[in-house]
Amino acid sequence: MRKLLLFSTVLLVGIIFIARLFYLQIYNQTAYNLFEDNAIRKVYDYPKRGYVYDRNGILLVANQPSYDVMVIPREVEPLDTLEFCELLKITKEDFTRLYDKAYHYSPRLPSVFVPQLSKKDYAILQEKMRKFEGFYIQKRSLRDYQTSIGANVLGDIGEVNNAIIAKQPYYKMGDLIGKQGVEISYEEELRGVKGIKFIQKDRFNRNIGPYKDGIYDTLPQPGKDITITIDSKLQEYGELLMKHKRGGIIAIEPSSGEILTMISSPTYNPNLLVGRNRSKNFTKLYLDTLAKPLYDRGLQAMYPPGSPFKVINALIGLQEGVVTPRDRFTCNHGYSYGNRKMGCHGHSGISDMDIGIYKSCNSYFANVYRRIIDKYETPAQGMDVWSNHVKSFGLGDYLGYDLRIGQPGKIPDASTYDRAYGKKRWYTTFTLSNAIGQGEVLTTPIQLANMAAAIGNRGYFYTPHIIKKIENDTIDSKYLTLHNTTIDKVHFEPVIQGMFDVYNKGTAQTLQVPGIEICGKTGTAENFTKIDGVKTQLTDHSIFVAFAPKDDPKIAIAVFVENGYWGSRFAGRIASLMIEKYLKGTISRTDMENWILTHSLENEYSKPYSGKPFQINGHTTLQVIENYRDKPDSNNDITIPQTWNP
Amino acid sequence: MHRENIGLRFDWITIILFLILVGFGWLNIMSASHMGDITNYFDMDQPYGKQLMFIMMTLALIVIILSIEAKFYERFASVIYLVSLISLAGLFVFGKNVNGATSWYGIGGMTLQPSEFAKFATSLAVAKHISDLQTNLKFLKDQLKTIAIIFIPALLILLQNDAGSTIVYASFFFVFYREGIQQIYLIIGVIIMLLSVLSLKFGVLPTSLFSALVILGLYFYKRKKQASILMPLTILALCIGFSFAVRNFYDHVLKPHQKDRISLWLRLEKDPDKLEQMKRTILYNLNESEKAISSGGLTGKGFLQGTRTTGKFVPEQHTDYIFSTVGEEWGFAGTTMVVVLFVALILRILYLAESQKSQFSRVYGYCVASILFVHFTINTGMVMGLIPTVGIPLPFFSYGGSGLWGFTILLFIFIKLDSNKINEW
Repeated sequence: MRKLLLFSTVLLVGIIFIARLFYLQIYNQTAYNLFEDNAIRKVYDYPKRGYVYDRNGILLVANQPSYDVMVIPREVEPLDTLEFCELLKITKEDFTRLYDKAYHYSPRLPSVFVPQLSKKDYAILQEKMRKFEGFYIQKRSLRDYQTSIGANVLGDIGEVNNAIIAKQPYYKMGDLIGKQGVEISYEEELRGVKGIKFIQKDRFNRNIGPYKDGIYDTLPQPGKDITITIDSKLQEYGELLMKHKRGGIIAIEPSSGEILTMISSPTYNPNLLVGRNRSKNFTKLYLDTLAKPLYDRGLQAMYPPGSPFKVINALIGLQEGVVTPRDRFTCNHGYSYGNRKMGCHGHSGISDMDIGIYKSCNSYFANVYRRIIDKYETPAQGMDVWSNHVKSFGLGDYLGYDLRIGQPGKIPDASTYDRAYGKKRWYTTFTLSNAIGQGEVLTTPIQLANMAAAIGNRGYFYTPHIIKKIENDTIDSKYLTLHNTTIDKVHFEPVIQGMFDVYNKGTAQTLQVPGIEICGKTGTAENFTKIDGVKTQLTDHSIFVAFAPKDDPKIAIAVFVENGYWGSRFAGRIASLMIEKYLKGTISRTDMENWILTHSLENEYSKPYSGKPFQINGHTTLQVIENYRDKPDSNNDITIPQTWNP
Repeated sequence: MHRENIGLRFDWITIILFLILVGFGWLNIMSASHMGDITNYFDMDQPYGKQLMFIMMTLALIVIILSIEAKFYERFASVIYLVSLISLAGLFVFGKNVNGATSWYGIGGMTLQPSEFAKFATSLAVAKHISDLQTNLKFLKDQLKTIAIIFIPALLILLQNDAGSTIVYASFFFVFYREGIQQIYLIIGVIIMLLSVLSLKFGVLPTSLFSALVILGLYFYKRKKQASILMPLTILALCIGFSFAVRNFYDHVLKPHQKDRISLWLRLEKDPDKLEQMKRTILYNLNESEKAISSGGLTGKGFLQGTRTTGKFVPEQHTDYIFSTVGEEWGFAGTTMVVVLFVALILRILYLAESQKSQFSRVYGYCVASILFVHFTINTGMVMGLIPTVGIPLPFFSYGGSGLWGFTILLFIFIKLDSNKINEW
């Protein structure tokens, strides 16, 4: 028995140890991952971010180097502080404070000492840098916008946050990622792939050498340059026209779906969101909750389209065979149904389709709309047929363009009214506002522009997109796929004639541009806001939809000006100017241009927040800007409205 | 007597196990100590180069040990023991202080650590004394004499501030038990360990209550007629007294770093600031060691490929923490192999010891097995976080000439004795 004590103890210890080792090395063990090994330093080599060009090859976004002065406190040797401070343009106190801060963070690890030197300071400092042990210069790459326009399209880049890192392990703390615009849509193409070096370090965090002689190291792959569909000249002109107004302009090339301009006003200079002041400026823009410069009105503003929507009803009426272009309806300053009446503006007489469109007669379209719905046994069936036709124009849902923000809009169908009133408990007249683009219909400017493109194309469209070319790559095939509407080609001509007559003898008669056959449609949308919890009506939005030239459209456009009152007043003028600028390159209607540039809506926007009672629409006076040409370009500053009260 | 085939009489299983451990140990020392590329295995500026030289010298040493007449070791046991004691005592005058312990002689550029040689000397003396016909371990007088043989070198080493090496002398308990001391010592030993841990972990009062519950419970449960209650009460008093003593020893006698190791092991420290401070000192070593072992997984990262080993994340990795290199680079396969090799070596020595005809050889063999076992248990147990930190090397594995030679002499004297067993009668 006595022989067994040591014998069994040895065996027991052996078993316990193997069990412990099993626990440490097998059980309590996730697969070895080089990236999680903190004995290996991962050094990233960032490739050049791709450039962004406009459709005519004009460089819009490039990169600029930025130089940070770094410090490793432990390696700092006694230095001529006075000279060093002079070079860095800091005081002796700053030096002490920054050094202490860096030392407090870590004596062994590098900290940023002075961030983002100017190129000039860098040039001077670089030559003397070797005199200052423990300091070195680290180069970083920032975006360099060659233009002050298109902030909403070009977007910006910023440091990744923890949520992104958790979802996309490619990104590490401090990496830059697209935050808005094409920077985010084409992030993967633009950024390239960063290279990585694995470096063995010791327990004092010092580098010893490459891990396994660098067999796992990779080289960076440079980012791809992209060409976007924006015409920067047109974009610039549009932004100029939209100054002192709020709203959006979307112009599309109908034959391809390429977005020619995408304007949201007010906007800002994209250079504001670069470098040291990005965060400060972004906060300022973000906090401007009245003008909302970060809100893209071209993509996100969702409103009842008003009259431009009427042409869709005309097309559906023709397609369904319930009306011919010659059918006439009487208008008695409105359309009466039951004991109610849908008003119409001051024209009188009998309208056929052409007159209905160019005079924008509400009664005419109320009749057409009723015929469409009532063609079927129940209003529900009719409603669904109507809804399908409308949706085939890309309305009522996300269009699928390649920018990350947007709104679906809204096109009602039978279920919409079933939910509101109950099944079979509603009639066509309940939905009559749809006839004139009010009621349950909501659209965004880009949807309207796309609708105009589809009409101009006589029945088809390409999904609008911002990407034109990617270096050594192809663009998504969905942007090259044709979408047909449910309307046959033959039905478009009478409607297009009506839209052409809007310019010839209708609501846009004064907006004609010599030498260009423009088809358009004005729109005016009532709108409301809540002020201190009270629903208040504001001046109508001015809307205009157009394409030109009539027979071979090169541009389709939707303009939307908040509180601009009637359609041809602001939106119509701007649309005509944009079309002329794009097709001719010069402006012949300088009178119209002058009018737009000298008229501001700022007082209209500040009115509701002035605290005083105010009037809308016809009872307002326009604000005129004198000597606008002498005023400095305010686009480089953030304009905070007078009423803005933080 | 035949003089031929002398080679066959050596126990080649033991020798092969020894060679594998030394060879594998050297590979790991190389991994743990190399800086950059290895160009010269005999680079005397690097631990692995020096260790290779130590190993060569060890082989010469083995030849010498094996060619000396077996009887020499028994006959000169006392002399060797005395020389060893003198060399230990001499440290107080000529010793060189390294890391707070005065355990080294500096000879030229080399250092020698006599405590590593005292182990085999003490083993010889213990074997000689126990195998003396006049010694009977059942008697207290002989027990005290034997303990004195161990106590003198242990005390000298403790006075030189090398508490780790002192603990090793506890391994002789296994020898005494095998050679016939009373069962009660084993029981007392176990109770002492249990009481120590309980007192430190839960405090004196709970330990006392627990002891009272157990002792009085046993007394009333197994009560024989007329059994006095005086006996259990005395035992209880001793237990409580011991508990107090342990507590006071811990609080007032132990040095702060020793206290930290125990408090860490028993998870006594609750103060976050203190824990934070420990994390950077003693717990740091342990954490890094466990992390290195853990990161090896099943098959390890490969020889010379351990990232934490290459980065020198584990302090003292080529000496006391060498096992963590095995863990990182050779994985569970490697560590298990090392554990199995040690267990096999120790069991083989035990088996051989039991088969000895002479009591001297048997006792000595037992001493060898016990010392190797205690070293192995404490070292690997510490590196994998099962046992409080005690700075003693892993036999045959850790870097260091004195340690390697001490263990080699210890083992090969036994192999020589074993080879001579057919000459015994």
